[in-house]
Amino acid sequence: MSQLVEIRDLKVSAKTDAGRTVEIIKGVSFDIAPGEIVALIGESGSGKTTIALTLMGHCRPGCRISGGSVRVDGQDMVTLTERERAEVRGTKVAYVPQSAAAAFNPSATIMDQVIEVTRIHGLMPPEQARTLAVELFRALSLPNPDSIGERYPHQVSGGQLQRLSAAMALIGSPKVVIFDEPTTALDVTTQIEVLRAFKAVMRKGGIAGVYVSHDLAVVAQIADRIVVLRGGEVQESGSTDQILHRAGHPYTRQLLAAFEPVPRSPEEAARVTDLRPLLEVDKLVAGYGPIQADGLPLVRALKSVSLSVQRGRNLGIIGESGCGKSTLARAIAGILPRRGGNIIFDGRELSPDARQRSREELRTLQIVFQSADTALNPAKSVEDLLGRPLTFYHGLKGKARDQRVDQLLDMVHLPKTVRHRRATELSGGQKQRVNFARALAADPKLILCDEITSALDTVVAAAIIELLKELQRELGLSYLFISHDLSVVEAICDEILVMYAGEKIEQLTPATVGSPDNHPYSRLLFSSTPKLDPTWLDSLEQDPELVRAYCRR
Amino acid sequence: MKKQVLSLIGGRLAIALITLLIVSSAVFFATALLPGDTAAILLGQAATPEAVAGLRKAMHLDDPALLRYGRWLIGLFTGDFGASYANGRPILDLIGGRFINTLKLAGVTTLFAVPLALFLGITSAMLRGTLYDRVVTLCTIGLISIPEFMVATTAVLVFSVTLGWLPALAYANDVKSFGELLRVFAMPVITLTFVVSAQMIRMTRAAVVETLNTPYAEMALLKGASRPRIVLRHALPNALGPIANAMALSLSYLLGGVIIVETIFNYPGVAKLMVDAVATRDLPLIQTCAMIFCLGFLILTTLADIVAILANPRLR
Repeated sequence: MSQLVEIRDLKVSAKTDAGRTVEIIKGVSFDIAPGEIVALIGESGSGKTTIALTLMGHCRPGCRISGGSVRVDGQDMVTLTERERAEVRGTKVAYVPQSAAAAFNPSATIMDQVIEVTRIHGLMPPEQARTLAVELFRALSLPNPDSIGERYPHQVSGGQLQRLSAAMALIGSPKVVIFDEPTTALDVTTQIEVLRAFKAVMRKGGIAGVYVSHDLAVVAQIADRIVVLRGGEVQESGSTDQILHRAGHPYTRQLLAAFEPVPRSPEEAARVTDLRPLLEVDKLVAGYGPIQADGLPLVRALKSVSLSVQRGRNLGIIGESGCGKSTLARAIAGILPRRGGNIIFDGRELSPDARQRSREELRTLQIVFQSADTALNPAKSVEDLLGRPLTFYHGLKGKARDQRVDQLLDMVHLPKTVRHRRATELSGGQKQRVNFARALAADPKLILCDEITSALDTVVAAAIIELLKELQRELGLSYLFISHDLSVVEAICDEILVMYAGEKIEQLTPATVGSPDNHPYSRLLFSSTPKLDPTWLDSLEQDPELVRAYCRR
Repeated sequence: MKKQVLSLIGGRLAIALITLLIVSSAVFFATALLPGDTAAILLGQAATPEAVAGLRKAMHLDDPALLRYGRWLIGLFTGDFGASYANGRPILDLIGGRFINTLKLAGVTTLFAVPLALFLGITSAMLRGTLYDRVVTLCTIGLISIPEFMVATTAVLVFSVTLGWLPALAYANDVKSFGELLRVFAMPVITLTFVVSAQMIRMTRAAVVETLNTPYAEMALLKGASRPRIVLRHALPNALGPIANAMALSLSYLLGGVIIVETIFNYPGVAKLMVDAVATRDLPLIQTCAMIFCLGFLILTTLADIVAILANPRLR
């Protein structure tokens, strides 16, 4: 037997809240050779994590393996008892979670949790385990490897915690490691370091891996083979090279296509003749915490940011978590009153606090939030959600309102039948469309889009971007588009503003992105965005000085 | 980090003191609002208006309410609780023995109820969804719903009247050996354990279930940890805060809310004393009892908060 893992006709069924049993994995088969890294790729709900967890004989609550076999190193995980599975977990198969921040017990030290596997399975004395852990910390290029284990999880950064969770997985010398979207929650500049560390230790130890991800570019860097999943079925599988360059299945091609955004054509932007700026932001200061003696808040998330948005044109704001991009949107919208600077919208100065703005000012400047799940009231139907701004801003009632709701649904390409449903009964993409339609209901001139595609799958996000462009052509809107994802911003924006630590670094056009004249931070940020090219990570060279200056790894 | 914890705990203690002050004013003015004139009631129907006026003056009842409140408050802090209106004895003497009795009963009940509640709560959380869990849940919900006088009277009927195993009345004062203590306390303790542990079991179960649903509990499972290890090492330390709070709320009931049990078993505790005081309109006694109950409640909840602060490594 040459294969380390053999999955044959695996079926997993889940019980819905209504008590019905549905099959979520519908007969999946694939193999993993010793030392090989296989990526499971697909959108949310495609079953990639569920499949990966069956390698440990584990199913999330409500699910169970209903058929097939999962042989790991000769043992069928499906037929083992719970006690026998526990023996395999951590020793033969180990797990690196999506969010290490949540997967570390907040009330125990990192070292205790890293060496817990050796303690549970009685692999080695604690002293030896500690020495081994420190070696792993060093191999994963963690800072202060000798002392980092004494800290508690909240005392280290997200990127470090993710690498520490890899150490936690590797300490039992497993034959297979499952990586469950381990870099999805990280900033791109941090992601590089983590990916490199993972790749190095896996190669060195000859350990096989299952890499679960929705991001083809990330997977291209680390995987030997790719399995494309959709709706609990394998769509296509093959070597990384094969999938990237000679994809056979239409769905794979769709995934690949979502990576190459169609930039906004210059003619489109040029059609606008009115060249007065729509939004002018001058030296904006905002932040959180108590107001200090100098009249500024304790934590200044925005330190004097200036920008302007022209009519019918789009400005993208790009930066990593904590750079102040969401605060910028909140300060412009007046949700977080600014503490300094000035905002002129459509020729008039806006009051810092949204509550002091006129209804007309509120109407013309709308904001769409990242997570439609939390932005839409789960107790209301789509009709109510869209009807409320119509009544509030336009005084529409009865039939006129019903008609307008239908029009809005049509604009965002949703069927009329969804109007009686609640937000919780819609898919992620549909929810985001409703979220966007709610902003459109006001007939705004400018929409602030705060990471509106971040929670969506690549293909769905691409469709939303297309929708945004189409609506812009029809309605002459402007967008202030905030994202951490360069490719999304490039696809829709005429100009791109790079932010770092509450300050504007520079303003670029998509055409000049990546040119050597860019600011050093912009260069670092742009070069950190993964490319579909499998050699990208290995050949990438970044100035260590620059990395030290700008990365909080 | 240490400094932050100290300041947090200091803050909690300050809040407790302020609460106590607010409660004291509420207790004082609420009792002052009671209808009827204390002096007239004390002297009975035959009293002449002159005698009533004289007594009022002697008891400083004509002074402004704020002045009386201030005087009373200073008395409380200096340990002078005043004298009973009914028989002129110092309040301290009246309450002293009773309070020790109440503490005894509360202490013995805590000794049984807390381990029982923790055990049942944690095990039913571990075996969530099984028959065991359902039986525990059904019993606790049943116990919450049954009033305590029902439990107490049934216990008397079964254990004293029918079986004759235990005394129907609980005289705490003539206990000489530990065995006797158990016999005397058995029925009140059983009744009270029923009353207070139901809530604690539910809350413990909920807190542990919540932490068992976290990614770090799943991570422990995927490391190959056994169920007891997941619960004891990973879930419980993070559920301590809510559990301590639930315990404090339930146990504070033992200090003041046990009047029915004290009456049925004729147990000489503080709660019974307070009800008697209300009957005789003995204002100083009522006020002092109320303050004792509030103080007990505050001490327990503050302790629970401090436990929650200390259990959180982000603050430690």
